[in-house]
Formats: sequence, structure tokens, C-alpha cells
Amino acid sequence: MRLRSLVATVAATAMGVSLAACGGGDKNGSSGGSSGDQTLTYWASNQGTSLDNDKQVLTPVLQKFTQDTGIKVNLEVIGWNDLQTRIQTAITSGQAPDVVNIGNTWAASLQATDAFLPFDGGAMSAIGGKDKFVPTALATGGKEGTDPTSVPLYGLAYGLYYNKAMFAAAGLQPPKTWEEMVTDAKKLTIPGKQWGMALAAGSYTENVHFAFINAAQNKADWFGGDGKPTFTGDGNVQGVLRYLDLMQKDKVANPSNAQYDNGTKSVNDFATKKVAMVINQNNADSSIVANGMKAGEYGVVPFPAPSGGEQVASHVAGINLSVFKNTKHKDAALKFVKYMTDATTQSTLDKPFSALPVLKDAKPNFTTDAAEAATFQDIYNTKSKPLPLVPAEDQFESTVGKAMNSMFAKIATGGTVTADDVKAALKTAQDQVAASS
Amino acid sequence: MRETRGFKIYRGVTLTVLGLFVLIPLYVMITSSLKPLKDVQGAFTWWPSNLTLAPFVDMWKTVPLAKYFVNSTIVSVSATVFSVAIAILAAFAVSRFKFRGRTVFTTTVLSTQMFPGVLFLLPLFLIFVNINNSFGLQLVGTRLGLIITYLTFSLPFSIWMLAGYFDSIPRELDEAALVDGCGPMGALWRVVLPAARPGVIAVAIYSFMTAWGEVLFASVMTTEANRTLSVGLRQYSTQTNIYWNQIMAAALVVSVPVVIGFLLAQRHFVAGVTAGAVK
Amino acid sequence: MAVATETATPAPAKRRSRLEHRPGLNRWLPYALLAPAVLLELLIHIIPMLVGIWMSFVKLTKFFIANWSAAPGAGLNNYKVALDFNNAVGQGLLKSFGVTVAFSLVTVAFSWVLGMAAAVALQPEFRGRGVVRTLFLVPYALPAYAGILTWNFMLQRDTGAVNHVLHQLHLNDGKTFWLIGGNALVALITVAGWKLWTFAFLTLMAGMQSIPRDLYEAASVDGAGNLRQWRNITLPSLRPVNLVLVLVLFLWTFSDFNTPYVLFGTAQPPAGDLITFHIYNASFLTWNFGTGAAMSVLLLVFLMIVTGAYLLVTGRRSRRA
Repeated sequence: MRLRSLVATVAATAMGVSLAACGGGDKNGSSGGSSGDQTLTYWASNQGTSLDNDKQVLTPVLQKFTQDTGIKVNLEVIGWNDLQTRIQTAITSGQAPDVVNIGNTWAASLQATDAFLPFDGGAMSAIGGKDKFVPTALATGGKEGTDPTSVPLYGLAYGLYYNKAMFAAAGLQPPKTWEEMVTDAKKLTIPGKQWGMALAAGSYTENVHFAFINAAQNKADWFGGDGKPTFTGDGNVQGVLRYLDLMQKDKVANPSNAQYDNGTKSVNDFATKKVAMVINQNNADSSIVANGMKAGEYGVVPFPAPSGGEQVASHVAGINLSVFKNTKHKDAALKFVKYMTDATTQSTLDKPFSALPVLKDAKPNFTTDAAEAATFQDIYNTKSKPLPLVPAEDQFESTVGKAMNSMFAKIATGGTVTADDVKAALKTAQDQVAASS
Repeated sequence: MRETRGFKIYRGVTLTVLGLFVLIPLYVMITSSLKPLKDVQGAFTWWPSNLTLAPFVDMWKTVPLAKYFVNSTIVSVSATVFSVAIAILAAFAVSRFKFRGRTVFTTTVLSTQMFPGVLFLLPLFLIFVNINNSFGLQLVGTRLGLIITYLTFSLPFSIWMLAGYFDSIPRELDEAALVDGCGPMGALWRVVLPAARPGVIAVAIYSFMTAWGEVLFASVMTTEANRTLSVGLRQYSTQTNIYWNQIMAAALVVSVPVVIGFLLAQRHFVAGVTAGAVK
Repeated sequence: MAVATETATPAPAKRRSRLEHRPGLNRWLPYALLAPAVLLELLIHIIPMLVGIWMSFVKLTKFFIANWSAAPGAGLNNYKVALDFNNAVGQGLLKSFGVTVAFSLVTVAFSWVLGMAAAVALQPEFRGRGVVRTLFLVPYALPAYAGILTWNFMLQRDTGAVNHVLHQLHLNDGKTFWLIGGNALVALITVAGWKLWTFAFLTLMAGMQSIPRDLYEAASVDGAGNLRQWRNITLPSLRPVNLVLVLVLFLWTFSDFNTPYVLFGTAQPPAGDLITFHIYNASFLTWNFGTGAAMSVLLLVFLMIVTGAYLLVTGRRSRRA
């Protein structure tokens, strides 16, 4: 064979492959096997102490579903490091599971991909109707005014955890306003021994939540009605600065916190009694206990707003369930969603995963501490606001969150961050979002 | 070089400094793997005050390490075997034949070494998906897909190295084999390969290490079923804790076979190089 | 790998061999031998690269990712966004490029100096040479992520070994940040250098073994000191090895992904924002694969220009070109 004909052959083969490659994307590729086979693939997120722990908790629950319906469920638990990439590649390739867990803050962004099944009238009634859900929880399911593409599964909310013994020793009451919180934290900061608070200041996902909550307390929004970013408003800048000042001006948080790249590290500090307060979602309970603190040793109050501010203590946090549009087992998938969000399953799973019920009439059971349960339920149902329900939400998270990482890093390494600096950083973030949408 | 006093001082200082630079991380890895979780979360200490082997026991449970180990081994070994075999054939062609397109081939193959992985990560993923859809050959989320991908990562360099190595083997040897009635493949098998053994070993090491340590593609192309160690190790940082002692224990365990293998083979390899230099 | 450099200075090989006098075989055999390599290279490198270039010309955002074959063309828009340095995305890319250039130059220099220092120290025989040599190869043999994870652990501010050592030596107050802020670049260079210098060492050591000993002996007789011998004999003899080594080190460090990815995770500091990591984040974190692809193509073009210029300047085109 001459080189030319070889090249031609190879090129033809290559074209065949690449042409095939161009036809893809819209093909069905549910990995559940041939149609008619009633096996669902379910991707669960990591809620327990390890992926294995999640598997152990979920397996009996899924077995019961199989017994009830004859539908098998193929479970894969995916860590948070991987989940977003895995969902992305699933969307891109069409090789997707049937049902998947998503962080509910991604809901609107994922909805924009058009890869998920909208819960329209029929689908919604197939899973038991929208009235069973807590309204704010269901609101996270997608853009306002559209059929949601995800429904709530586990509810989470931020609370201010405080160490009862430390507060008692200092003669303090848990704070009701931001100002009280700062005063308490200053009193509880003992150089060389303990700090008032621990912040996950190196985690962009945690940071962006606090940018959101603090701005919301200032009545500021991150996106206008037209879906365009409005990051540089006064309320946003002041809200972000107020949070940064916990480390910068008030000096109640260890500068080391600037490299805490996930919530786990700050919760560890709290559980090992190095700090008096930590702001975390209620699933911190299991890690606090796992790290040696007993249930009665800590209390929880809402993360306070400055006096005169809007009473927003959390975003509506949690995990949602989505069904991939190209599933070959739509009915089975909907049955599964219905099962996962029915009252019995919810109460079985909320406890090990430290989750709040997403159903209207359910009582939280993730803790035996009734006061804590009531506090979190109240925060979740009445003091939470959903993160911006716009397609660019994911970009908001990464750009603003990373800007805050950098500002915390600057503070921790001895620099100063002024309101102007915050504004400039948020302007950059806003430009990035604008440029890529 | 003469071993003057100055040189001896230079040697002493250089080797001490570099030795510490190399050893301290290894030392930290080993001692931290023997500490309870509480101790690795506290201030650093040179010597574990509470020695424990628990991390080596627990690490298999926190993460399905054994499974990832098997995956990594199958993927890396297969990628190595195929990569070396394919590279030998190609290098033999480049070294022993004059044919049209040789320059194009060598230049193209070598330049693929330059492609940044991020450029073809997503396209490759899409192509795999389409192969699956068109031919039913499952490449995403399987070991086969990883094997094919990894073997090509080391291919360009391997071909280049082997071709160079084959060039250094006197052609008179092949001629002799041909005269003895061997075909060209016989000459390759009986004469060239045995003479090039150190080169082949070196290439095999390189291929194996490339596959064993790859992170970027593994982060996108693996699912629970074919997850390799390079991404699996990250799972020790979970929702509730970061198990530093188990991470260190696992890092140690996954390194030991590779390091030992490398060091054993490296003896052959340096011996081969030295022999070549003496000739 | 030492083999490659070893053979970088081959005696001019006799090209004609009897194999080439068999016309029938000669026609198809080399192509058959090359076929597997060519097919795989096409499948895994060439075609994906072409698809990547195509992606850089379409608007591949999250709105089209599920049905990407229908993504609308973007013309040169992705390139404009990436190269508009007055705008946040372009500025980010430019900064990342600057960081990467600094990182590669320093890391290559650092690795080369250490590798050379060790190779020279080990050049004469002495007891324990084999042990030391073996020891020095360990960082290279260790899987990348295992070594980097260990460094991540050591570079923690409050619990890390690095601050502990520096504090004991009274070089800092034990509270230096290494993984955030400006020091992140220092940390990155140290970790990458730790891994890479042993490769330089291995290569240079192999290269030195082929320098004839009598050259040194003759120089000694002429009264040349060690330093002069190094400058007049070792360095010139290693020139071909060095040319390849430096280029390879540069290409590796410039597109290093593992080190920043494992060392920083999701909390990448601006000072450690290497370009492939930057592109990965630009693509996967904000779902903007079109712009990400454009950035990758620009990176590829840059690497090709640098490599081409380097080969031209050093007067050593690819050996077989």
C-alpha cells in the first residue's frame, strides 16, 4: 500500500469516527441496560461519614423499594469532589443515570442544560403532588415560573453552633444580633488558647453562601430581574465586607481559617473545642459527634442579622433529586422519586444523614435535642432564602466564592481589604459572569 | 574528577542537603501513617507519641482501596504491555526502514507529546461516547477506555526512545540474522530486542508510571467501576473528616510496589547504559 | 529515559541495511509495523485535537452541552474573549500565563541545578554511591499524587512539618501560609522541583557516564582544577543531553496539571493558578467549553512556537527531521 492510499484509508476511518462523533449528544444512552429491563441507575451524593457509610444506609432502603415495586436500583455513591464533573460528563455524553442527586443550588444552572425531566403537571402528580413539599424547598427546584427539574430530597440549613460550656464560663447568652455575635466572639477569643469563631474561609462554596446570606440581610440581590448580575451594589459589598471583617477587623477567627478549604475543618475545630462558635449546616451534627463532642454540649441559634437587617439566616440548602430526560424508564424513575420523597423514607434517611424534612408536615428527627430540631426547622421553613435561581448561578458560586477566598488570603497574610477592594473584586467576578453568558 | 578535599566537602554538603530534601517527605509520610487521627490533626511532631497501625487497617474500609488498587494495576499493566509492544514495532520500522512518510510520522508523533491534556480531554470523552453509541463498545467508565488512553500517552516518547536505542545496535547483527534465514521480524525478535533489553525495560517503566500516576483523565473518565488510585485517594477527605493518617498510609501502600519495581528495574537499566558507554 | 539522551549523540549510523534491499517486503512492512501506533495516535490525540479546535469555534456553553452538535458557531468570539485583556476573562488568562512562565522557568532551573549538583557529586566512585543514587530516584518513582499529597500535608500552616522545621531553625515564626497568598508559587515550585530534579539527575548522570575518563585525566595532568574540568569538559560534553533535557523539562512543567490540582484542590490561589489548571477550571467550573478550548488551542500554539524557536536557535532540529 502506498502512503497516499494508507493515509486515505486512515483518513476515511477517522472521518467515519469523527462524523459519528458529530451525530452524538442526542442519542439515548441510559446506562440502565436495554429497555424493558426494570433497573434504575441512581447516583447518590455523599451524605454520611464515608461513601461506604452512605451505601450501607441506602442499601436497605433501596431493597425495600425493589420489594414493593419489582424495580431494581443500581446505586453509585459519588463524592462531592467528583459529583459536578460526573453530572457534566453525563449531560454531555447522554450516558447518564436515571436518577441523580444534585446540590440544590445548581438546580437552575442544570435546568438550563435541558438534560433533565421537567416535573410538569403529570410528572409532579406521579411523585405525589407539589403540595407535599415545603414551599421554599420546592422553590429551589428550578427557575421561577418554570416546571422544576428537581425536587427536594434532603433539607439543610445554616445555624450558629455554640459551645455551651464556653458561653457559660464567660457569662454569655447566645447572640440574637450580628453585633452581639461579634461582641461574644471577641470575649471568647483567648490568645494562644481559643478563638471566638471558625470560618471555612478557604472554601469557595462556603464563602459564596455567606456572601449571599450577608447580602440578603442587607436586602441586596445578586441578579436583577433580567437575570443580569448586580454584584457591585452597596448591600453586596457591605455584606461581603462584614463577613470578611470577622477575621480582619474583629479578629475573632484564626487567620489559618483562610486555608480551610471545606466546612469539615472548621467543624473539627469546634468539635475539638478550639473555637466557641461555628456557622454550619445542620449535617455538622454527625461530624461534631464523630469528633468527640457530646450532643448536649452545644446549642444552636439562627445565624444572626445585624439589628435592623432582614432576618435571613441561611440559604435554602440541601440536596435535590433529578431525573434525566433521556431515561428509558421514566415511570419507574418517577416511582422511585415518589418513594424517596415519601414520609416513611424521609424519616428513615433524615436521621443518619442529619437532614431536615422537606415535607410540609414532617417533624425533624436528625437530633434528639428538641430545641435544636425546632431551631433548624424554623430557620429552614421561615428564615431561608433560595440562592439566585438563574442559569448563571454556578458562575456566581465560583467567581464570587473564589474572589472571597483571595480576599481572605490577603487578610490572613497581613494585607488589608477595604470596601473599594471588595467592590473591585466583585466587579471582576461580575465581568467574568457577563463575559461567559 | 579528582577527589580533592574541596570536592569531598562539596559532595558531603550536596548529598546531605539533597538527601534531607528527598527523605523528609518520605519520613513524614511514614510516621504520619502510624499516628492516630487526633495526632495528625494537632501540631506536627517528629516522632509519633502514640504508635498505631490502625490507619493501615481502617484505610481499606473508609475507601474501597483494594478495588482501586486492582483497577490501577490492571489498567497500568495492560497499558504498559500494549504500549511497549506497539512502540517496538513502530520504532523498528523507523529505525530499520526507509519509507515515504517517515519524517511526517516521527514529527507528528513527537509533537503529540506537546498537546496539553485539557485540549483533548472533553473531545476524547465525546469520541468514546460515540464509539459506544455506534459500535456498542463501552469505553467510558471501563478499564478498556483507560487502557487505550494511557497507552497512547507514553507511546510517542517510547517510540522515540526505542528508535534511538535500536539505532545504536549495529546493523551488522540484523544482517547476520537475515543471512541465517530469519525474516525481518525474526531479526527483530532474535537480535534487536535482546540487545535492546535495557531500553525496553526503561520504556516499560516509563509507560507504567505514566499510567499509574495519571490524574486529569482519571478524574473525568472513571466511574465507581473503574476508579483508579489517583482519584480514589481523594475520597479520604469526606463530608465529615479528613483522614490524614489514612491518606498517608494509603499513599505509602500504593507507592511501595511501584518504587520497588522501579528501583529493581533501574539497576538493569543503569547497567545497560553503562555497558553501552564502555563499548 | 536516560537512554533517549544517551542516544542523542549516536555515532552516525549506517542507514542502508539489507532489509532495505527487499523491495516487496519493504513496501508494506514498515506501514504494517506503524499501523497500530498510527491508529491509536489518531484516535486518542489527533482526532480529539481536531474536535478540540472545532469546539473553540462554537458556543459550547451549558445551554448546548446536552446537544452539542447543535451548538451555534461562535466565529472567533471565543478567542476574542480569551485574548481581550481589558476584560476579566482575558486578564485572568494573562495572569495565569505569567504565573506559568515564572513557574516553568524557575522550576526547570531549580531542577537542573539540583540534578547537576547531584550528578557531579556522584560522578566519581565511592562507597555508598549506589545507595545514594537509588535514594535520589525515589521521588521520581513515587506516584505523583502520593508525593504531592504528602507535601500538601507538610505545607499546612498550623500542623505542617515545613513550618515546624523553619520555626525550629528560627527562620520564621511558624505561622507562614504556604498554600494561599503569594507563597503558593514558592510551594508549587518546591513540590514540582522535588519531583522533577531526580529526572534531571538521572539523565545527566547517564550522560556523564559516556564522557571518556581520559579527558579528565589529561586535564588533570595539565593542572586544571575540578571547577575548570567541569566547565571545559563536563558541560560541553553534556550539551546535546542538556538541549533535550531542558526542552522536555520545560514542556512538562508548562503544562503541569497534577501538581496544582492535587496540591490546591478547589481552593486554588491566584499565585498558583497554572495555565492548564486555569483552563480546566474555566471549562469545567463555569461550563464554558468553547472558551476553554480556545484557551487550550492558544496554549498549544504557544508551545509549538517556543519549541520550534528553541530547536531553531539551538541549531538542532528534530534528529530525524
